[in-house]
Parts: sequence; C-alpha cells; structure tokens
Amino acid sequence: MVNMGTNLGGLAMRSPVATASGTFGYGHEYRDIVDYSKLGAVTAKGVRMEAWPGNAMMRHAEVPGGLVNAIGLQGMGVKHFLERDMFMYSMVKDAPPVIVNVWGGTEDEYAQVAETISAAGKPQIGAIEMNVSCPNVKAGGHTFGQDPKVLFSVVSKVRAATKLPLIVKLAPNVPAIAPYVQACEDAGADALSLINTIPAMVIDIEKRVPVLGNRTGGLSGRCVHPAAVKVVYDAHRVTKLPILAMGGIYEAKDAIEFMLAGASAVAIGTATFSAPDTAAKVYDGIVEYCERHGFGSVGELTGALCES
Amino acid sequence: MKYNEQAKVLENREFASGYRYLTVEAPKQAAEMQPGQFVHIRVPTLEQSALRRPFSVFDAADGKVTVLYKSVGRGTTALSKVQVGETVEIQGPLGRGFPAKCDGVALLVGGGFGVAPLHFLAKRLPKSILFVGGRTKDDLLALDRFEALGVETKVATNDGSAGYKGFVVGPLDETINELRAKGEKFELFTCGPDGLLKAVTERALALKVPGWISVDRHMICGMGACFACIQKTVRGNSRCCIEGPVFKAEELVW
Repeated sequence: MVNMGTNLGGLAMRSPVATASGTFGYGHEYRDIVDYSKLGAVTAKGVRMEAWPGNAMMRHAEVPGGLVNAIGLQGMGVKHFLERDMFMYSMVKDAPPVIVNVWGGTEDEYAQVAETISAAGKPQIGAIEMNVSCPNVKAGGHTFGQDPKVLFSVVSKVRAATKLPLIVKLAPNVPAIAPYVQACEDAGADALSLINTIPAMVIDIEKRVPVLGNRTGGLSGRCVHPAAVKVVYDAHRVTKLPILAMGGIYEAKDAIEFMLAGASAVAIGTATFSAPDTAAKVYDGIVEYCERHGFGSVGELTGALCES
Repeated sequence: MKYNEQAKVLENREFASGYRYLTVEAPKQAAEMQPGQFVHIRVPTLEQSALRRPFSVFDAADGKVTVLYKSVGRGTTALSKVQVGETVEIQGPLGRGFPAKCDGVALLVGGGFGVAPLHFLAKRLPKSILFVGGRTKDDLLALDRFEALGVETKVATNDGSAGYKGFVVGPLDETINELRAKGEKFELFTCGPDGLLKAVTERALALKVPGWISVDRHMICGMGACFACIQKTVRGNSRCCIEGPVFKAEELVW
C-alpha cells in the first residue's frame, strides 16, 4: 500500500492529484461523470468580490498539442460562490477540499475577497490560491505578478487577511522565477502553484484578424508541459515551499515528472476537457509507479531526481 | 444525469455530399436525452490533447444516439473516418433542450444542419411544420426523415433550386399569417445560423408567442465549467452548454 497522502502548506490532501483553476468550474459541474474519490483537492475558478463579465467571444482556439484561451475570469462574485456554488458542492460525493482561486482589481480587493472567504467558515474550503498571473485580464491578473515588490505587497496583504493555507499561482513568463518565489516566501505564503498559462496569440490568416476576442490569450495543454517542469524545477531549488504543479498533465508520467522536479502535488487542467477521467488515471499511475520503484509514500517522490 | 460512455459506432454514413449520420450505442444517454440537448464526442483518431466536438442530437431511441454532422474541419473530417464497430467516447445528455410540449402548432425553423435537433423534437410534437432554408437544394438535409414522421415541410433556397426563392422566413411568415387569420395558436422553435435565430427571435417577440432558440457555439468542456461558449442574454454572458443551447426568445440579447 502506497501512502498517497500529502500536505500542501497546511492543506492536508488524501491524494496528490488536484484539478486546476478555470478547468473545473466551481468544483461541482463534473459531479455526474468524475470520480472525486481519487482527488486530493479541486480548485475553483477565479473568484473576486463582484461579478465580472469576462472577455468577448471567441474565447478559445485549439492549437496543435494545446489550447489558447481568453475567458477573462467571468464570474458571479464571491457571495454567489459561497452561497450557491458551495451549496452545489455539498452535494458532490467523496468531495475533497476546495482550493478557492481569488483575484481582484486592487491589492485591497485581493485581501477583501480572501477575508470574506475565510470569514464564511465553510468547512469544505481548504485553501486560497491567489491568481497574480492571469494573462487575460489586465487589472487583476499579471500586473501583480510581474514585479517582485508588487507581488510581495499583495501577498502580504492577503496573508494578513486569512489564516487559510495560502497558495500563490505564478506566471511562467519571467526571466527567472527565483525573485518571485522569494517574494512569496517573504510575504508569508504557504505554497506555490506553477504554472499559469503562457501568453499566446492565434491569427486567422484568411480574415487577417486575431482569433480571440481579447486578441491574445494563454496557452495550456500538452505542449506547455516541458516548460512547466523547468519552472517547477527552478523554483524547488530555491525554496522549501511546497509546490502544486500544473501544465499539460495527460498521464501519470507527466505528474511524476513534476514531482521528481520538486512538486508536492499536481493539478490536472486542460486534459479534463477531453478526458474527464484523467485525474483518476493519473492517481492510479502514480500508485503503480511508486510500487514498481519501491516508494512507500508519494511524498518521497518530491525532488527525488538522481542528479550528480 | 450526465454520462461519459465508450459507445460502439453502429453507423457513420454519408447521406448527402459531406453530410453524415453517426449512430452510436449509448443506452443510458439515449434513455434520458431530450430534444435540443447535445453530446460531446471525443474523436478517437485525433491527438490526445484535442478537444471534444459538440453535436446536436438528431435522434435518440432504443439505446442509440444519432447525430448529423458535416465534415468541415479537422475534427469532423477525422470523425468521418471512424469505422462501424469502433468506439467513440461520448458525453451526454448535455445542456437545456426544447420543452417537450407545445401549445398549438409547432413551427420548426431550421438552417443547414440546424435541422438535427428539430428532427428529434418533431418526434415529440406531432403537430409540427418544418421550415428549412439553404443556399441551394443540396443544403436541405434529411427532409425524407421529417416526411417519414409525417411532418409537413416547407423549403426555401436562395437560388430558387427548390421551393420558395429567398430566405426561409418567407414561407414562415406566410404560414404565421395564415394561422393568425384562423386564430390558431403556435410556437416557434429554431436552430441554425445566428442570422436565422435573430429573425425568429424578432418574430416571437413581435407576435408575443413562445420562441425557443437553439444557439450554436464552439465549446470546450460542455459541462458549464470553462465559460468559453458565451451568448449574451438578459442575465449577462450565459453559457450555451448549460444555460442553453436552447434559450427563450426574451432571454436573448443579439
């Protein structure tokens, strides 16, 4: 028996496999067809204080090996999330804790939404993930994640506003990840999520227009995986903060790569759209790998690269 | 209840140039499917990361689900090569469909492969008249299947190669005027290109009759999780995969 339990900065997870923000709604939408028993957490789509309309259509484009999206963080606001979505989530069988992805237009709004979620005292909510790296929304996205000083400031404010485990989701498109990791650590974050989508663009050459309503978007899916592994590897070398790794996981092999590079847990994103059973299959594959390699606990995989 | 099933392909037949019927064995979905709902199919020969493709249901009965599709893009072209006896992964029933009853005559207005959900609907609404439009007579699909159900069909083509010359709202308006002159009740049901949907929406609102509009959008998840398939409504940006694809005329903002 492999011990599949892990701990992500205070969030106890029965499985190292979670779902990634934006790809699994508010946690309840897939309840008819996904086996939640093998998930260690689900991550809810980005929540802010008030409703937000998101971007114009088109909001996605399929590309070889992946997907470019520019949804633009559409949502009904934190009140609707806490009342309606968390009620729907209470009907999910074998439900794991929810990581609530949050964002805001200002530093204060980030803190306010985190405080509101904490104050609601919902037992199913296990952690907060700060989105400071969405490529699709100027105000509440990457502007907070592209400068280590600004990042330190906003993470500090959210840290002061909540006692829930605090995860910060960082962008991959920076010259080096280390200063951002350091800023999160200094500000009191409990864990990191790596990576957000990679800024991208698709052009319709016949019409000579950008395909996406937002003109540009974020690339996810199979093709981003090696780039994500590198960021996780770089981050793990400079921090003891646990890492929730995501980016192009379609099979157990992809998840195991992340763990060997330094991740404590992994999240399935774009793969769920085409294959909703991906998380369960990845879980089974990790168990099989641990058994075959003599690991008694999945935690032993974290950073277990054999490097000279 | 939604299901994700491995379904055996029973039929993948071209019935008109480029247009096909795909029938699969999916008993759970067939039993619960309502007209206007759709299925999300994973095309087996595409790469692992390829998205699913959504299809309106043409028919669901006896444990089988049939969709009507056109080989246009990468996904549907790959789907056209799937052989009988192979399996496809199919997710459904998805979305909000048409209501199962109609007060008076059901006027079904289709454009292109928008006739697909109207066929399934016509099986439930015996007092139906189908109006279907296309550029040319080759765009008029599955008329034999509607005729087999005993549904009166009225066609329009832009080039006049079959039926009324012009847009399908021509014969639709004629029938509406006749029904109103006789004091008969009717409702409008439509699926097709946005231009047609707008025209039917306008008529439903102007005449104050129920209008049921099925909106076709590119989708990612089909489950209400990703917010990619948006249609503007009185509530804001609504997800076609879960709040639609069928909307009431008064909900839509064009």
